[in-house]
Amino acid sequence: MAVLVIAELNGTQLATDLTAKTLTAAEQLGPVDILCASAGCGAAAEAAAQFQNVTKVLCADHHYYGNGLAEPLAELIAGLASQYNHIVGPASTSAQNIIPRAAALCDCMMISDISAVIDQDTFERPIYAGNAIQTVRSKDTIKFITVRSSAFDAMPTGGSAEIVQIECTGDPELSIWLNDDSAATDRPELTSAKIVVSGGRGLGSPEDFALISLLADKLGAAVGASRAAVDSGYAPNDWQVGQTGKVVAPDLYIAIGISGAIQHLAGMKDSRVIVAINQDSDAPIFQVADYGLVADLFSAVPELTEKI
Amino acid sequence: MKVLVPVKRVIDYNIKVRVNQDGSGVNLNNIKMSMNPFDEIALEEAVRLKEAGKTESVIAVSIGVPESQTILRKALAVGADRAILVEATDDPHIDIEPLAVAKILKAITAEEKPGLILMGKQAIDNDMNATGQMLAALLGYGQATFASKLEIDGDTAIVTREVDGGLQTLKVRLPAVVTVDLRMNEPRYPSLPNVMKAKRMPCDIRNPAEFGVDINPRLEITRTVEPREREAGVIVDSVDALVSKLREEAGVI
Ligand SMILES: Cc1cc2nc3c(=O)[nH]c(=O)nc-3n(C[C@H](O)[C@H](O)[C@H](O)COP(=O)(O)OP(=O)(O)OC[C@H]3O[C@@H](n4cnc5c(N)ncnc54)[C@H](O)[C@@H]3O)c2cc1C
Ligand SMILES: Nc1ncnc2c1ncn2[C@@H]1O[C@H](COP(=O)(O)O)[C@@H](O)[C@H]1O
Repeated sequence: MAVLVIAELNGTQLATDLTAKTLTAAEQLGPVDILCASAGCGAAAEAAAQFQNVTKVLCADHHYYGNGLAEPLAELIAGLASQYNHIVGPASTSAQNIIPRAAALCDCMMISDISAVIDQDTFERPIYAGNAIQTVRSKDTIKFITVRSSAFDAMPTGGSAEIVQIECTGDPELSIWLNDDSAATDRPELTSAKIVVSGGRGLGSPEDFALISLLADKLGAAVGASRAAVDSGYAPNDWQVGQTGKVVAPDLYIAIGISGAIQHLAGMKDSRVIVAINQDSDAPIFQVADYGLVADLFSAVPELTEKI
Repeated sequence: MKVLVPVKRVIDYNIKVRVNQDGSGVNLNNIKMSMNPFDEIALEEAVRLKEAGKTESVIAVSIGVPESQTILRKALAVGADRAILVEATDDPHIDIEPLAVAKILKAITAEEKPGLILMGKQAIDNDMNATGQMLAALLGYGQATFASKLEIDGDTAIVTREVDGGLQTLKVRLPAVVTVDLRMNEPRYPSLPNVMKAKRMPCDIRNPAEFGVDINPRLEITRTVEPREREAGVIVDSVDALVSKLREEAGVI
């Protein structure tokens, strides 16, 4: 039986990187269909149809799904679930909101944030903020899964799947969307960037956090932050990296003025190369850093920005 | 209106977790256990709603080992009015799965009829991030997950959610399930007199069988191992040295 992948959408646009990495995990489980559900998602469905190894794209184009609300989307997915053995989405806030709800509607357990597929029923997933890796075997007939995208490569394009319009199940109107508050940026997306520059409490103020942005812009990097930096108002919540923020694994991660608490490491320790700049030589971040520089960030970071 | 707050007993977030070498799980012997940090925030929010006159009472509930009474006592000390412990196992290594927890919470909801269920977005032991969504599904309620701000407005709640793209605001019809993120509030410490008082307050002890819920796991845990260790790196002595390492050795810039 087949696998249903829930496409990640930003409004009506396909989030290609997250969807492509989810597909790579899903493709190991069987033939893949993709569900695109939103209001006016025709172009997203066409984009999804271009991934390799996709049989068909189910397009649920209706205003019920326009704001990504969990209640109508979970109902839609639960209605389709009996035709599949696996329902798979990225471990994004959107899919993580919807897929457990759909799982419970089908009386199935949830398997969140898998980092490897062992076989059709068996998966690896990090627990305890990544301090342990658990192997679980599911006894459910339908497995509801979210995927840690940083652990999988992106599925290439070059395919041409069939697109079918599907019936929309309705909206129970349990919740109403009021607004989205997201800042547009020209920087690469945090979870797909090749380089991430992150700042912590050591930056000391929102004004000085600009040192991080300047370095990031010079490198064409995304900007990340520790929880302390977000809590202190230096950076918006969607920049947080860690156990409760985003999980990233870029080629290069530069941690500046970040101590390296386990909850922060949970979100970045699988990066290929890690650089830490911190004035405290005992900071735990140095235990995971490939290159450490013990220095005052207020002199080191401008110098680095200039010399790179 | 009543608010129901499910709280889970987990390894304290400050403890470095050790994995048993035989792959059987993590070491829980003589380890400090605490209330899941997200649940402390949910509880704090519920107590603030009570203090603001938006709710009459707060009920804390935990499902797990008998020792979970300790975190329920803490909930009472912080301001919960009543506590319910569902003794589901004697073995601290057995984690009751989110689906089973949600089914038990559904049964308790049927008894207590809360107007709002406020819970953590994620338990920091299994990191599953599922129970609230599952409970909302089983109850047929609306849900607002990963909340950083909550306002009760008549028979609805206005909730700001922390999402990948920034912030999203929803209006949810009550009763509803709200799961909280870290930035909703700063939980208080209970005062000593309240801690003493909480010791004498009753805690209702229940059993999953009373609710007719099957708590047998759907996921079999076959192995638990340590993550791959990173090799120790080097300390460079200047920005110039760092730049040359990144260019020549690592080839990342
Ligand atoms: C349930 C839970 C979930 C959490 N989830 C996350 C998460 O997802 N992400 C996350 O990041 N945290 C998370 N945390 C918080 C985490 O435990 C830490 O509190 C947080 O990561 C600390 O941030 P920080 O390193 O910026 O601050 P600090 O620990 O205060 O470190 C600041 C560092 O800056 C250095 N510094 C100061 N001034 C300078 C200077 N002039 N030059 C150079 N260095 C300087 C200091 O030496 C220090 O090492 C979570 C906590 C809990 C309880
Ligand atoms: N055994 C339990 N007892 C009480 N509440 C729980 C239990 N397990 C999970 N929860 C609640 O569900 C939330 C999410 O947990 P999880 O889905 O396991 O990540 C927690 O923050 C708690 O509020």
